[in-house]
Amino acid sequence: MPNKLTPEQEMSRRTRRGFLALGAGAVVAAGGWQWLNSGYGRGEDIPAPLRKVLGFNERVVRNVLFGDTHLVKTYPASAIGQLKENGDEGMPDDFDADDWTLQVMPRGGGLPVSVTIDDLHALPRYEETIDFKCVEGWSTVTQFAGARFSDFTAKFAPGSEKAGYVGMATPDGGYYVGLDTPSALHPQTLLAYQMNGADLEDEHGAPLRLVIAVKYGIKNIKRIGKIAYGETEPPDYWRERGYDFYAGL
Amino acid sequence: MKKLEEKHRLATRWCHWVNFPVLSAMIFSGLLIYWAYDPYRIGMGSITLFHFFPDWFYNLTGINAQLARGMALHFTLAWIFALNGIAYVVYTVVSGEWRELAAEPKSFREALAVTLHDMGFKVPLPPQGRYNAAQRISYTAIVVMGALSLVTGLAIYKPAQLHWLTAAVGGYEWARFEHFWLTMGYVSFFVVHIAQVIRTGWANFRSMVTGYDIVESEEAANAE
Repeated sequence: MPNKLTPEQEMSRRTRRGFLALGAGAVVAAGGWQWLNSGYGRGEDIPAPLRKVLGFNERVVRNVLFGDTHLVKTYPASAIGQLKENGDEGMPDDFDADDWTLQVMPRGGGLPVSVTIDDLHALPRYEETIDFKCVEGWSTVTQFAGARFSDFTAKFAPGSEKAGYVGMATPDGGYYVGLDTPSALHPQTLLAYQMNGADLEDEHGAPLRLVIAVKYGIKNIKRIGKIAYGETEPPDYWRERGYDFYAGL
Repeated sequence: MKKLEEKHRLATRWCHWVNFPVLSAMIFSGLLIYWAYDPYRIGMGSITLFHFFPDWFYNLTGINAQLARGMALHFTLAWIFALNGIAYVVYTVVSGEWRELAAEPKSFREALAVTLHDMGFKVPLPPQGRYNAAQRISYTAIVVMGALSLVTGLAIYKPAQLHWLTAAVGGYEWARFEHFWLTMGYVSFFVVHIAQVIRTGWANFRSMVTGYDIVESEEAANAE
């Protein structure tokens, strides 16, 4: 049989083919890596393909995993640690908590509502001791007390539960977060005025901060000045700096 | 008389060569994340023998101040890592190849002989199939480690929605610790793996790419 290859010829044919395929694979992999990282600069937003996958991950989590009955673990008071102050964006020193009122914009553009700290105290008080998780990787068990955001919404923005998103900002607008409404209405999401058994301290967001246990610390905005319900994704400080919008746990 | 013999099936080679760059990128992006909070070390009390990682390492590799990018890359490539790993396990089980790969009770006994032999001691090698005892243990361990990386990773990623999973691996902090040391395990595996591949030579490496090697056919050997 003249056209039958010897084992050596057959082997070199397969070697040529195999290494060409491996080389082509390496080119594809390098190209894919380039594409995933194209246009990236330190401290800037992440490239579009990565942002798309984060959006896909968010949809998977919201549709498959998220549930109001999925509660974060709670701890005994003996487990409480020292929560460090990790950010002061939107919290300049010249701030007088006595002049503070919370501005609430309901869904569909009704009249804004002004809410005082006494109004918040009048809502049922909830206490939770949770592991506060920073996006950096560390976590600290901390006790918070305040009103449930779901109770707050029912009282001061009834009907806004149906909004797609909730946006919150500090009084000066220096820090701002966007939240999906299901996470905001989760039973462990509080508008907190107390921490570790005492009134909230300035560096932890006095007079009122968000405690959203199903999200990383970056979403737990301190010194809330404005809350608005709406249908579009609200601006988000860390989303603009490359982080996941959802940032859910 | 020589003939070609199939050493590695296409599915095995495909999964292996997809995993290599993806796992490398997972380790790289994992380090970008770890940098933001890097508590692990070798040491006791106030004595630290080695801190993971020293500043010179971060500066040399450029692994610093890129947490957002690290998270985005990690949670993107994790899909490929997981799907490729699952495909490999399913293939191995369905094809029956697991019988040649899975560690057996006797593997642990024999692996010592293989290891001593490979280190240059004059120890007779036990009879072996396609994979020797040390390989069976390594290749089983690496698959189990991959599964554990996926599980501990999910436990860190969604400790609220997957609270049962996080609890099963010892809680949030333990999950991060385990995830980190599994990665150090891959790096150790990689070093030994590369050393062994170089030691074993070209024909072996070629067979992982082409799937084939040239061997003396047995009929011919018997006839001689």
